[in-house]
Amino acid sequence: MSNSTIQFSRRAFMRTSSLAGGGMLIGFNFFQACKPKAAPPVDLAQLNYNDFNAFIKIADNGAVTIFSPNPEIGQGVKTSMPMIIAEELEVAWKNVHVEQGALDTKNYTRQVAGGSQSIRHGWDALRQTGATAKQMLVNAAAVKWGVDPSECSVKEGVITNAAGETLGYGDVVKDAAQMEVPEDVVLKEPKSYTIIGQDVRNVDIDKITTGKPLFGLDYKEEGMLYASVARPPAFGQRLVSFDATEAKAMPGVVDVITIGDRARAHLNGENRNWSAILSDSDKVVVVATSTWQAMKAKNALKLVWEGEGLESTEEHDKILLGLLDGNDFNTLRSDGNVDKAFANADTILERTYESPFLPHNCMEPMNFFANVTDEKIHLVGPVQTPASAANTVADMLGRDVEDIHLEMTRMGGGFGRRLYGDFVFEAAEISNAIKKPVKMVSSREDDMGTGVYRPAIKYRIKAAIKDGKLTAYHLKEAAINSNMYGLIPNFFPAGAIENYQVDAANYKSNVTTGAWRAPYTNFLAFAEQSFFDELAEAMDVDRVQLRLDLLKKVDATADEAIQYDPDRMIKVINTAVEKSGWGAQPKGVYQGFVNYYCHNTHVAEVANVEIENGKPVVKKVVCVVDCGIVVNPLGALNQIEGGVVDGVGHAMYGNFEFDAGAPKARNFDRYRLVRMKEAPMVEVHLIQNELSPTGLGEPTLPPAGGAVANALKAATGKRIYQQPFLKNPELLKVPEEPIIG
Amino acid sequence: MPTYQLKINGKTTTIDVAEDTPVLWVLRDHLNMVGTKFGCGIGQCGACTIHVDGIAMRSCSLTLGQLEGKAITTIEGLSEDGTHPVQEAWKEVDVPQCGYCQAGQIMTASAFLEQNPNPTSEEIKNAMHGNICRCASYNRIYRAVEKAASNMS
Repeated sequence: MSNSTIQFSRRAFMRTSSLAGGGMLIGFNFFQACKPKAAPPVDLAQLNYNDFNAFIKIADNGAVTIFSPNPEIGQGVKTSMPMIIAEELEVAWKNVHVEQGALDTKNYTRQVAGGSQSIRHGWDALRQTGATAKQMLVNAAAVKWGVDPSECSVKEGVITNAAGETLGYGDVVKDAAQMEVPEDVVLKEPKSYTIIGQDVRNVDIDKITTGKPLFGLDYKEEGMLYASVARPPAFGQRLVSFDATEAKAMPGVVDVITIGDRARAHLNGENRNWSAILSDSDKVVVVATSTWQAMKAKNALKLVWEGEGLESTEEHDKILLGLLDGNDFNTLRSDGNVDKAFANADTILERTYESPFLPHNCMEPMNFFANVTDEKIHLVGPVQTPASAANTVADMLGRDVEDIHLEMTRMGGGFGRRLYGDFVFEAAEISNAIKKPVKMVSSREDDMGTGVYRPAIKYRIKAAIKDGKLTAYHLKEAAINSNMYGLIPNFFPAGAIENYQVDAANYKSNVTTGAWRAPYTNFLAFAEQSFFDELAEAMDVDRVQLRLDLLKKVDATADEAIQYDPDRMIKVINTAVEKSGWGAQPKGVYQGFVNYYCHNTHVAEVANVEIENGKPVVKKVVCVVDCGIVVNPLGALNQIEGGVVDGVGHAMYGNFEFDAGAPKARNFDRYRLVRMKEAPMVEVHLIQNELSPTGLGEPTLPPAGGAVANALKAATGKRIYQQPFLKNPELLKVPEEPIIG
Repeated sequence: MPTYQLKINGKTTTIDVAEDTPVLWVLRDHLNMVGTKFGCGIGQCGACTIHVDGIAMRSCSLTLGQLEGKAITTIEGLSEDGTHPVQEAWKEVDVPQCGYCQAGQIMTASAFLEQNPNPTSEEIKNAMHGNICRCASYNRIYRAVEKAASNMS
């Protein structure tokens, strides 16, 4: 289906209005439009910008403001989503002003940053919104001139008729606001795009480079206090008693309180994976007149915690390996009969891959502002899931959600951590208790030590080879708390192997876990792509050819559950082979190959490792991406470069261990993140096509670890089965006799 | 509480706070200059970098007593209108993703280039190694420093 011929039946969700101060507002509730039974949201007379996810304001002077609906966590949607509207609206980008839209808890279900879905979900509706507004402006001009709208053309906000007369959007906006919303509008063909596909800078670039207030931590109100929260230092502990005498006597300290009752009552044992910190224990809160005084006084609290069954990394390792050895699995996908194929196999290859917990480590520590009064609740700060946070606060405090006004700030990173609103609930509970405006601010130690971590996971993969062919593939997952989501068993190589099975088991831990940039695949890609390399060696076939041969067997039309497109995958693989000089590198350059699909995007990566001062160094990664139409190449490349380096960094260094329930690291002195000198150069190649765009926040991260592991094998002769790679330094030693690359 | 006279971005300011308050929090909470960011509080990440007499330093690990009589520059005062060559290069390359660490990156880069206007590739990487970018925009940070150097020379 061509992009310009998609049929819409969503007119009920589009609304326009004239503004009191002049001008026009048009909105489209595209997330609700995805729910077929949803009722039209508002009475026209009551219309305000909050009632729509996507909307445009055109002033009498023709100035255009586009409100960006989704939370901005660094993925660039505050720039790229308005670009899509501006394209169809036919205005010059330089004349567009972008503002962050606030939350409407009443009408929306997906004002969320997560899963690399903002652009993919927004694509049709954002275009439709811009095109509809343009058509109404043209119709208004046509009425004024007494001509047919089809005789009019538009360029950069100026409408021209057949006689060469012109009217600006500002000249007709009042009339346009009164027009009927057109039912069918024509969308532009990709070849005529003037904004989509152009390099557009981050809309906040001037503020970022001059230090203007943008982030949650920068937000201030008159009379605002600061709160520092003492949470259990080990997972599984609860507060027994505390003595705040010393803390209360410290300068700037306003109060010391406990919170926890309301969160416990609300959660009532649910959402336990990520909310154990909230539900199990009281927390002690120091409220002070400055951040420093609050943090300092918190450290002066005398706290007694206790708990049983505190867990350690050693125990987790044993438990997860035990699960892989056992039979207590849920089968997530099963094709053919793997057991039979293993019984008949000539060769069986079986490998186990291990990964640690990972903290998100957003550069901006968790924080949120709350002002709970009898009249209303004002919440401001960085959160990826504003709607669910507001609903939870309303429920916790026994208030109507309509009392809540929640504003989203720009976020100093998200990576999944800000999907979980614990910091919003804490801020609200504190403000509710002290009846004052307050900002909860986590220190780095609080942030890293009381997180919602990427769970530790182990994979075991077993394959059968018979008569030189791959006849079975069996993937087992043992994970902390929860297992891979339902789409993953239908990723490559599902559909390519006759006997195929995916099984999952989990262990309920009291360490809180949740989504971390590209959940599950962020480690699974390394495991599977390392395994394919070993499989190619065992089968004595070329490692790229093995992947291509498997893909050629996939008939995605025969199985609708299959998520990836084999043809698009083959294209990224062939492009990566060509662009990376695969197999034709000079001596001393060792390459590793991967291909991967997740978050609706197809990726192939080739890592180049070279030996420097006797050590293998990741110098370069070539990354080929098919994400359909690229809305903003400048922003897209940033996501891709960052995703690859982030993937390399966490695979190499990311390690987070527990002893007696307590994290061994709580700050960057004990936790290693990738830095400038370790960051490989990333060379990006985008597949050009006119398919609808898919997301880029996550899909380039998972394959990076596998590409590096495969390149390290080429350089050192040693296979790595554990993340982080630095956990076993001897595996990174270069043999005295160099391997011929 | 003692009072301190500090020269920040060319203006002398009198500050009356507890003497152990790190300069980072004096700037952010007491002077409403929030461009300098809190990242780790122990001098490991570089988000709070400012200039003290032209040298890049971590404001989370400095107290007021250490800064009396010295000239302090923050991101807000690096240039009057955001047109310092390093800021210009950051815009041209479109470095930021989330943007939170970038003020610290820019302050590190600008102090470095002041002392070493014609750096080698290795020197750029060494100079920027202390600043964490969690979005891992290192490729662009590198390119922007290189561009700023060439624009300044």
